[in-house]
Amino acid sequence: MKLSVGYVNSIQSLGAVDGPGIRFVAFLQGCPLRCSCCHNPETWQFNVGETFSAQQLFDKAVRFKEYFGEKGGVTLSGGEPICQSEFVYDFFSLCKASNINTCLDTSGCILNDSVKKALSVTDRVLLDVKYPSPSLYNKHVGCNLSNVLEFLTYLNAVKLPTTIRQVVVKGINDNDDNLAFLSRLRGEFDCVDGIELLPFRKICSSKYDNLKIKFPFANYPETDEQTIQNLYCKLKKHSK
Amino acid sequence: MEHVNWVGFIKGAWQDQVNVRDFIQLNYSQYLGDSGFLAQKTARTSGLMQKVNQLFALERENGGVLDIDTATVSSLLSFAPGYIDKENEIIVGMQTDSPLKRAVNPFGGIRMARQACEAYGYKLSDKIEEEFRYKTTHNDGVYRAYSQEMRKARSSHVITGLPDAYGRGRIIGDYRRVALYGIDYLIECKKKDKADLESKLYDSEQICLCEELTKQINFLSYMLEMAKSYGFDISKPAKNAKEAVQWTYFAYLSAIKEQNGAAMSLGRVSTFFDIYFERDIKSGVLTETQAQEIIDDFVIKLRIARHLRTPEYNELFGGDPMWITEALGGMGQDGRTLVTKTTYRMLNTLYTLGSSPEPNLTVLWSKNLPKPFKEFCAKISIDTDSIQYENDDLMREIYGDDYAIACCVSAMKVGKQMQFFGARCNLAKLLLIALNGGYDNQSDMHIGPQMPVLSADKLDFSAVKERFDIYVSWLAKLYVNTMNVIHYMHDKYAYEKTQMALHDTFVDRFMAFGVAGLSVVADSLSAIKYANVKPILNEKGFIVDFETVGSFPKYGNDDDRVDLIAKDLTHQFITELRKTPTYRKAIHTLSVLTITSNVTYGKNTGATPDGRKAKEPFAPGANPMHNREENGALASLNSVAKISYDDCRDGISNTFTITPTALGKDAEQRIENLVGILDGYFAKNAHHINVNVLNRDTLLQAYEHPENFPNLTIRVSGYAVNFNKLSREQQREVISRTFHGQL
Repeated sequence: MKLSVGYVNSIQSLGAVDGPGIRFVAFLQGCPLRCSCCHNPETWQFNVGETFSAQQLFDKAVRFKEYFGEKGGVTLSGGEPICQSEFVYDFFSLCKASNINTCLDTSGCILNDSVKKALSVTDRVLLDVKYPSPSLYNKHVGCNLSNVLEFLTYLNAVKLPTTIRQVVVKGINDNDDNLAFLSRLRGEFDCVDGIELLPFRKICSSKYDNLKIKFPFANYPETDEQTIQNLYCKLKKHSK
Repeated sequence: MEHVNWVGFIKGAWQDQVNVRDFIQLNYSQYLGDSGFLAQKTARTSGLMQKVNQLFALERENGGVLDIDTATVSSLLSFAPGYIDKENEIIVGMQTDSPLKRAVNPFGGIRMARQACEAYGYKLSDKIEEEFRYKTTHNDGVYRAYSQEMRKARSSHVITGLPDAYGRGRIIGDYRRVALYGIDYLIECKKKDKADLESKLYDSEQICLCEELTKQINFLSYMLEMAKSYGFDISKPAKNAKEAVQWTYFAYLSAIKEQNGAAMSLGRVSTFFDIYFERDIKSGVLTETQAQEIIDDFVIKLRIARHLRTPEYNELFGGDPMWITEALGGMGQDGRTLVTKTTYRMLNTLYTLGSSPEPNLTVLWSKNLPKPFKEFCAKISIDTDSIQYENDDLMREIYGDDYAIACCVSAMKVGKQMQFFGARCNLAKLLLIALNGGYDNQSDMHIGPQMPVLSADKLDFSAVKERFDIYVSWLAKLYVNTMNVIHYMHDKYAYEKTQMALHDTFVDRFMAFGVAGLSVVADSLSAIKYANVKPILNEKGFIVDFETVGSFPKYGNDDDRVDLIAKDLTHQFITELRKTPTYRKAIHTLSVLTITSNVTYGKNTGATPDGRKAKEPFAPGANPMHNREENGALASLNSVAKISYDDCRDGISNTFTITPTALGKDAEQRIENLVGILDGYFAKNAHHINVNVLNRDTLLQAYEHPENFPNLTIRVSGYAVNFNKLSREQQREVISRTFHGQL
């Protein structure tokens, strides 16, 4: 079997925040979306960066197996990993064969047979549901919310454990509408077993400067920890 | 032998011979629970610690030394008893008659004592100057025998930090013996050993040992007298927990009164103490609160221990360390853990008394340690940055289950093995000397075999390696011979009577060599192999810089192409060292550890082919060079883990710094993930790790406003320091290190 080749932007051997436990995270290159809050603009462009065969990436990842413990494993993030769904499938298949837990960090913007195949070897999806409304989606992401909901519907159908993630930007989605939306998703989709709110950060500004790209949210404030904690509190109430 | 103070203990071989391990194994109770049982600090403890903190503040204001007694030579009986607050102290005894007052100890060398006094605005008294005018110090002896080449190696800084002017340290007395047996029995055993020896052939080895035994016996009796001055009779076994701690402390105190060794480590006392604590608690004479108070008070005493040092010394060993290393936890050979409630109590002092670099709390990590204990340790690391971890599964195979750690990473069986400390040589400088054919471009000195400069438009890897090998052989032989001189003289003029009295008469000896600049040399050789390195010559035709074009694999990214260069270097060096016999048939060992000397080593080393500029600091210990790690923290750990402990039996030090947010989203996850990192790293057969969980910002603030961070503790290389006690240069170097953060 010939394994596919993936474009990798970078590797983080100690990922402690992208999925459960300690994880080897590979950030794949290329993304069709242009989120205004994006933290990794350097991963947007397709077909550039270092190439790895699935086997090569696996050989790198497996060297960290001792650290994974019961919960940890590998995460493919990006960029948008499902744009390289064959590679995801090949890499995750190798991991599964070695009993390594697999986690996919995605926006859920594409769902086709190849993506479904990749999901068949995925243990958990971190689904970045960015905003609660189609209009915000169109404005700040550049795709349709309906695609994401379709993706989630599929995850639910195949009972794939899913964590919903969202970057909270003050003045955009730190509101009750958004919380109602998130708790509705959790209520309606049994596959969703957790919601993670991530504070909007601007450490990435310099990356935009280097790439000479305008950072759309440059003028929004960073989200403080207290705001996040308050939102979690409210979210808890919503679920009751 | 039977003793009334042993009532309740399980009988065994330990009663008829000095055998602390046997006593521990038969009598201790492993503890598998969590930290829920621990008591809070009491008002007494807080009050006493507050007094001590005030003294620490005064010491800082005074430029690092509170006071010096310039007229009294430190020894067991030279000072009247001293107290912090006599009424409120549970464990008593200090080095001089007043807390934080330093004594002079000229036995290592009078010049160092004199300079140390002068550095802090004092003058060594005429009385001591006069007394030592006709006395040979260790330093005098060494310089009588040093060869010209040894002097050159020293002054060019290719070998640095040698214990030729101060106590060598790194010897751990089995201080527990005093508590378990009392002085009388220990003297009786030593007398018996001496009598046995007298019946044998009197060759120089036996004569030497006979004299040493006499000294040991004398100093045991001084210890007895010293304790008496504090109102205690330690001639017989300790009868309860408080006495066990006090007796043991008197033994340790005697050692630091007698010796100013670089590292004066404590050993492995907590589980031993626990047997006494358990007995007292069971019989209803001790509460948990009282137990914690005893440990707290003991630790307060350890925190005020001081030696008088020169500023040059502080460059090598920054932060005024004592290395009162206490090994905690680990597993027994029978599969039970050696974690006890007192292991917890000892770690708990970082909460009851606040974070602190001393004692140097060292957790012996095993995959089989109880989970709650692992989590407790991780929590303490995250909260205090004060503890280090070493691989018990690796060391237990070699040293059994009653070994301890001297200094940072030097394992030895307590009371049965000792080492001759040998600081380290500068491998990066050696590479430059090799390329320059025996010329050091920093000291402008010709040293070693003289050859043509290895110059070319592009350095050829095999030619460089061939040349380097010649110089490695040369230095290894010189290094062993230099150490032989130092330790011969140390035994002759500054023998550790107290500590060796608390060893078996026949001990195993290690001779501990070290290397600095490992990552610089590994990356430099990698650059020569995988990129284009062009030497740049000065007008005299010597290489002074390099032009390196192209990329090359860098140590710290889990890339075998370069990691194995580092691994091979250590293997090559120890192999070369073993070719030269050692004094007293010591076993050659090697460490990759720098303490804070990576800064001063860098300062004395020209530009290197890896792109490091002249005078820039090295990475500490076995760490990759700063900010060359491109694949995150675990890749860096994997690189270090490849260096073999079989080659580096004196330890492989790695200092790991991670930001809290990179370690996990909340406190619970951070603990779990840190446990996972430690489990994974040690499963890779790595030896040691210092863990810091902090933000660079905190250090920057402490750099600008030290007054706001009086107790900021960080792990550096095998030990912890109060950040404020580092030099500005050392602080900057720490700040520039890699902080593993989120992408």
